[in-house]
Amino acid sequence: MSIETVLSIKPVLAVLVSLLAIPGIISSRSQNIREAWTFAAAGIKLLLVVSMLPIILDGKTINYTLVQVFPDVGISFRVDALGMLFALVASSLWIVTSLYSVGYMRSLDEHSQTRYFAFFAVAISATIGVAFSANLLTLYLFYEILSLATYPLVTHHQDKEARSSGRKYLLYILGGSVGLALPAMMITYHFTGTLDFAPHGVMAGHVNSGLALLLSMMFLFGFAKVGIMPMHSWLPAAMVAPTPVSALLHAVAVVKVGAFSVVRVMTGIIGTGVLADFNINGIICAIASITIVVASLIALSQDELKRRLAFSTIGQLSYIILGVALLSKSGMTGGILHIAMHAFGKITLFFCAGAIFCATGIKYISKMKGIGRRMPITMTAFLIGSLSVIGFPPCGGFISKWHLVLGTIESGRLIFLVVLLLSSFLNAAYFFPVFYNAFFCSADEVLFEDRVEEAPLWCVVPLVITASLSILLFFYPQPFLNLASLAVQTIMGI
Amino acid sequence: MTFFDGDSSLISNLPAIVVTLPLFASLIAGFLGWKNRKAPYPIAAVALFLTFISSVVLMIQVMSTGVAIEYRMAGWAAPVGIVYVIDHLSALVILLITSIAFVNFIANKSNIDTVFRNKAGAFNSLYLLFTAGLLGMTATGDAFNLYVLMEIASLSGYALIGLGSNRAPLSTLNYLFLGTIGATFYLLGVGYIYIATGSLNMADIASIMPKILDSSMILFAFIICMVGLLIKMAIFPLHGWLPNAYSESANVAAGLIAPLTTKVTIYIMIRICLTLFTPQYTFDYLNTSDLMVWLAIGTIIFGSLSALAQKDYKRMLTYIIIAEVGYMVGGFFLGNRIGVSGAILHIVNDAAMTLALFMAAGIFMWKTGEESQESLKGMFAKMPFTMAGFTVAALSVVGVPPTCGFFSKWYLISGGIAAGQYFFVAALIFSSLVNAILFFRIFEIAHFEPFKDHHHHSSNHSNKGEEASAHDTHEQTIKEAPLGMLIPFMAVSILLVVLGLYSGQIVNNIINFAIPSSIL
Repeated sequence: MSIETVLSIKPVLAVLVSLLAIPGIISSRSQNIREAWTFAAAGIKLLLVVSMLPIILDGKTINYTLVQVFPDVGISFRVDALGMLFALVASSLWIVTSLYSVGYMRSLDEHSQTRYFAFFAVAISATIGVAFSANLLTLYLFYEILSLATYPLVTHHQDKEARSSGRKYLLYILGGSVGLALPAMMITYHFTGTLDFAPHGVMAGHVNSGLALLLSMMFLFGFAKVGIMPMHSWLPAAMVAPTPVSALLHAVAVVKVGAFSVVRVMTGIIGTGVLADFNINGIICAIASITIVVASLIALSQDELKRRLAFSTIGQLSYIILGVALLSKSGMTGGILHIAMHAFGKITLFFCAGAIFCATGIKYISKMKGIGRRMPITMTAFLIGSLSVIGFPPCGGFISKWHLVLGTIESGRLIFLVVLLLSSFLNAAYFFPVFYNAFFCSADEVLFEDRVEEAPLWCVVPLVITASLSILLFFYPQPFLNLASLAVQTIMGI
Repeated sequence: MTFFDGDSSLISNLPAIVVTLPLFASLIAGFLGWKNRKAPYPIAAVALFLTFISSVVLMIQVMSTGVAIEYRMAGWAAPVGIVYVIDHLSALVILLITSIAFVNFIANKSNIDTVFRNKAGAFNSLYLLFTAGLLGMTATGDAFNLYVLMEIASLSGYALIGLGSNRAPLSTLNYLFLGTIGATFYLLGVGYIYIATGSLNMADIASIMPKILDSSMILFAFIICMVGLLIKMAIFPLHGWLPNAYSESANVAAGLIAPLTTKVTIYIMIRICLTLFTPQYTFDYLNTSDLMVWLAIGTIIFGSLSALAQKDYKRMLTYIIIAEVGYMVGGFFLGNRIGVSGAILHIVNDAAMTLALFMAAGIFMWKTGEESQESLKGMFAKMPFTMAGFTVAALSVVGVPPTCGFFSKWYLISGGIAAGQYFFVAALIFSSLVNAILFFRIFEIAHFEPFKDHHHHSSNHSNKGEEASAHDTHEQTIKEAPLGMLIPFMAVSILLVVLGLYSGQIVNNIINFAIPSSIL
């Protein structure tokens, strides 16, 4: 099967458009003009991404090399189904998050908002850059830019807690990428002579089982954004960030960049053949499973809502890794699809957490008893988001979990089916109490007056949008499902 | 005047002009400085600019013709006369020297005006003399002439550093002792080479080398030359002179000396090993790789750890410079093409990074009047553009793409893997991580702690009560460095990214031709 390629500068533009908006964001006189730049960039970015969609669905790829930095490696872009799926998720949710950011930051009267919006733009550029990377070097470049651009966002409050969280964030993320992923990349280059992502990987025939295992582990833990235990503890720490940052970056962009990078390396560099031949995929599945179960257990005990969501994210990210590492058709489809489905569900949950904080100043679940009476829309959206993350119909999360479950059966490793079911049970156990207490706690426990008072409209509208999308994706998963199947077809050669 | 005879002869005389122009300008500036305090600066600026243009033309010429330009001083043919050889390698380093000397000079105009008010003639003259010395060292194809020019550069360097803070004379004395020992070792080595070969011309000596590979005199000459150069480039444990000398000197002097001295010395080492002793002798016959790479590893580890212990910004930079010396020495002695390419590329990149960091030091100094890292509180809010540039430079030192530091480190690490020197690779990774800690420590101070107004030399303060009440308001107000400082600094930090993106081209079109084909 030969893949037809199209030469186009569009992927570069899609990456750059939000960077180009930064001078506008910085120099704007008023807040409204500044936000107009953000929305303009976000809109154009989404249009650019969507305009490439038909070509990708047609089974073609789009290539563009910006500059050749090493004899065989350049800063190159390549849009394929997998990258398109991720870019579509990130660029569409950026618009929603920007709406939400405006409401959140203004209603809390946060300081340094210009810095906030500027670095947000850098971060989203880097995310799209990762999605459209044609080789590991380009991916690494944008991965690092993203790490650094999110540091000022995570530490936005500039207080003591932000400082220590920022340290932890850098220690894990930068330590992992420089200490593990970078050497792994260079060793790969030394042995294979290329860093281009190939449909079946580039390592076959160049490495023995020991080296392949070592490199796989270096990549898996080095791309610490994916939060595989024990490289996960930056994520709960990073929850000190303003909630829109947690929402987009720590439910969608940053963590999914981690997952995406690992998936790319497993399929495009190491190759499914090598993973299967040396039984590395079994080890990866086991590591992911441990993370899934342990993270869910820890989430149970978290009283701070955002921290509970963070541990939930850690578990859900490993679903993606588990699904792909199963190396079965459905498992891989489910894993890739989970990048999208989890994003819509989890961003809704974060939006809700932020809306609660905006309207009431409350962060802890134990203090949210009866909050459903006060914020019915928000808490209904919360229910939808949690259903999607748990994997109940009629939410998008069901579709990806369904494929994952099928994948475990197809691969014949039923132990992982048990892991998935156990985890779903645990997910329900840590999400339902939040919802239940919000609406159905006994009258003497209610901490809120019986009066509807939602967060500002700018905060409520985005979470309604993402909650609706989560349901819509159950009925119309086609754009993402088609892209995921297409990606799996390329990888598995079926 | 021969250089104004016409275009063709002007260009053919460029190898000489590029060295003699700053040399003569130095004399003129020093002389006029006595009469008129304001005259030396413009003269020096114009001379440096013209030198820079000449070096650009030289680079273009070498790249377009693909052959080295050989210039015979006063028409005497080698090996009797002195030749200047401009090949890809020396043209690249010459371009580096002239551009750094020029940019640093322009950026520090106000600094020079205030700090060296009464020593304008001396300062400008020494600045030019130092530049001329480095250019001569780079251009010459004669081993003894190299010593003479090395002394010119060193002596003017000692004097430049001595013009710095109150403690500078003591530091420069220390530097002078060790520097002189280094130069003398080198001279001794050249003496032995002369005895063994009867020649001082590098190319000539190289042609004799195959016949005398097992001469013990040559071995001794090699060792003693190397030791001399290693002292001069401040490799661990011969580094003692560097931190004090660089951190006590005035910012404008440090901005010239720190990026260039060690780098040019490393260039000399590469030149001596490749052009004079030949790669065959250095790598195959002597097999120096292991010893030198271990020395480099020691330097990298020591430099990084020492930098971690510093509280003062400039002192921290000096130890980073020492660690970076290890990068280049190690990379070169890996002995393979990738490693040597990395070392040469890193000469360019590290010089540019160091320049940017010292320019930032100048701006911080201007702003706060202090040199401790603690004085950088609240800088991100106060000087966002300076800090953006500083961040790029810092990330380049850490080795984050797409800044240039990443790409030379890539070559160095690849070379290390190819040569099987995994400890060198580990040292480079370790040093990157330490650098990340070093700079993020500063970022933290500048990001999290609120700005405190220090005695700022250009503003006159009212009483303390008013200052305290105004604290909240001016915390948010941006007050950048004057454009004369800021624009060159921003240009250099943008250059760090441009150099990074074009490192493929630099390696393919320049460095590939600079490395003998015998190195694979």
